[in-house]
Amino acid sequence: MNRLAGRRARVVVAMSGGVDSSTVAGLMVEAGHDVIGVMMKLYDRSEAAPGDGGVSGDPGAGRECCGLDDAADARRVADTLGIPFYVSDYQEVFRRAVIDEFVDAYVGGRTPNPCVRCNDAVKFKPLLARARKLGAEFLATGHYVRADVDASGRVELRRAVDAGKDQSYFVAGIAPEALARVVFPLGGMTKQEVRGHAERLGLPVAHKPDSQEICFVPDGDHAGFVAREAAERVAGPGALVSLDGTRLGQHRGLHHYTVGQRRGLGIADAEPYYVVGLRPERNEVIVGRRRDVTASGLVASRARWLHGPPAAGAAVTARVRHRHAGAAATVLRATDHEVEVAFSAPVGAVAPGQQLVLYDGDRVLGAATIDRGLSAGRTMAVEPLDAR
Amino acid sequence: MGRSYLDYNATAPLRPEVSRAMAGAAWGNPSSLHAEGRAARACLEGARETLARALGARPAELVFTGSATEANNLALRGLFGGPAGERPRLALSQVEHPSVVQTARALVASGQAEGADAIAVDGEGRLRPEALRRAVGRQTRVVSVLAASNETGVLQDIGAVVEAARAAGALVHVDAVQRFGRLPLDVASLGADLVTVSSHKLGGPRGAGALWVRPGVALRPQIAGGHQERNRRGGTEDVPAIVGFAEAARVATADLETEARRLAALRDRLWEGIAEAVPGVRVLGLAAPRLPNTLSLVFPGADGEALLFGLDLAGVAASSGSACTAGSLEPSPALLAMGLDEGTARSALRVSLGWASTAADVEHLTRVLPDIVARARQEAA
Repeated sequence: MNRLAGRRARVVVAMSGGVDSSTVAGLMVEAGHDVIGVMMKLYDRSEAAPGDGGVSGDPGAGRECCGLDDAADARRVADTLGIPFYVSDYQEVFRRAVIDEFVDAYVGGRTPNPCVRCNDAVKFKPLLARARKLGAEFLATGHYVRADVDASGRVELRRAVDAGKDQSYFVAGIAPEALARVVFPLGGMTKQEVRGHAERLGLPVAHKPDSQEICFVPDGDHAGFVAREAAERVAGPGALVSLDGTRLGQHRGLHHYTVGQRRGLGIADAEPYYVVGLRPERNEVIVGRRRDVTASGLVASRARWLHGPPAAGAAVTARVRHRHAGAAATVLRATDHEVEVAFSAPVGAVAPGQQLVLYDGDRVLGAATIDRGLSAGRTMAVEPLDAR
Repeated sequence: MGRSYLDYNATAPLRPEVSRAMAGAAWGNPSSLHAEGRAARACLEGARETLARALGARPAELVFTGSATEANNLALRGLFGGPAGERPRLALSQVEHPSVVQTARALVASGQAEGADAIAVDGEGRLRPEALRRAVGRQTRVVSVLAASNETGVLQDIGAVVEAARAAGALVHVDAVQRFGRLPLDVASLGADLVTVSSHKLGGPRGAGALWVRPGVALRPQIAGGHQERNRRGGTEDVPAIVGFAEAARVATADLETEARRLAALRDRLWEGIAEAVPGVRVLGLAAPRLPNTLSLVFPGADGEALLFGLDLAGVAASSGSACTAGSLEPSPALLAMGLDEGTARSALRVSLGWASTAADVEHLTRVLPDIVARARQEAA
């Protein structure tokens, strides 16, 4: 099970300056491996547009993704452990593959998941290539997920032991060839155990708080970020309409809304309204009642299966966003590229653009990007106009 | 296997003579009138004389600064400041150090200079004579050109720069940081008006640089609040660092020709070994006169970062184009100006030798490099 057990290997550890990846580095050193720390410089807040609350060039302006604070922390950890540490610049690819897509998605009325996209497009592939160029057999990261390789070389990806920290949702789309060369030492541990190891190893980040927000939007204001990045492309205010087309109010711009959202709609009524869909063609936000935001199933594309598509009729667990425990579902249709599932009971807030991950119990089957939710009775408003 | 340090164009280890001299330096404030101050003043002026001798200058013409970057800033900013006025432009080569490029940009951005004209270089990194003539004209206040490239070691024809500047009535600033202590440098015969030199590239301490200023050239001080350095640079002088600087300059220039021959032989042996063992490698500036200590290589198809990381892991310290662009994937502007495509510029490796370099260092690099280059050329997994 442990691909590194009983031998000494050269391992590249992806370090972010946080407690998780620092502990991975410490555990690898302790196990006697030849460890190289690599940090990806993805986003520099000092280059962010002015007016984002940070002072240009001020490294203390806020918590940043692999910014100066985190780089300094990672460097201190590497020094403590006595391992070589390098910072690699991936800002260009991160900007293209993650930030631009994030902005495009919001502008187009979808809800992106930049962390998924970052793992798929930015992190694993270049880090594995870099690891190989440094003569390392394995890449180790601080993700809470289990990857096991059986005797035949088949990779299985499973949820982490610590259900509250499980990150299988974020790495579900990584190609199996890549996974075969990645180790996730924290998949079998609880966060508490990880902090315990960090303390025992004397790592200077043992008590550092976890990061919560999307790294390039540290203040959590996604709409503000999108507006700054794409001022000329974001549509302004428009109509809030009900499912039958009645105008109920005005919205502040599509990028402020996501499917399932209840807050900030500004409609006074005894029973709350929810965002049911976004219609960028007409610059409309469609709202409805609680029952209207539930979907009976969904259609997703850009599928990435670990071992090929599941059979039609297969009973699976479907997660439609990171903070979704999962819903029982049946595969209606699955190809190499697309998948359609039916939920056993209606699921709320199925947002186009988010990642779908299918499980068989703990085992990840694959991931895909949600195109639209399916409604039990009515034609759902989230279907694009051109599909009619 | 020990470490081999081959990055002298970034910095050099302290020479033992230098640390001895620094330990003996007086600690007082050279501006104080008491005995402690006088002792420090004597140390400071002794160091100034030593450095002046090494440069062919007179002591009073030297302004000590905290770094060569500061000296470059003082040279350019000191000639501007205030409204642009007459001769509002600068001219600089495409291969200048960032401390010159960015100072020029800042002067233009703040309106103190009207514009900065780039002098194009050829494939070897040498100024194109016609570009020099075009860039330097009646509007040019100062031409700033480095004596030797920090990235390739290629030498510029300063005589030609001086001639073009004189014809146009412009001043000349020479950033001689990489040349000083490695090849003869005599400011009196150079013909320039301002010359920047540095301490730590020759085995002196960090924290000391100097600007030679031809008598009669007026410079606006950039640091207010002190009368030091004849009112040209405020701040209590760092006497031990300056003493170390002078000692490093003295030692480096004492046996300059022998040492230059020794380093050139090591460099040539290194190149022969690499050329034999690594396919597709190329030396930049091979056809041009170069510093004896610098070998600038490109390995087309190789991932430059993987190359540097791999060398470090194998015990060899070298760098990409320059230490100032390290940690960034941006290809060196100087290498792009020489006509390299971005990918090739990103595969650059700069090896630079110095006083403590040995044949064993060169052999170390020659031995480990072929495998590291081969791995750095692998396609992404």
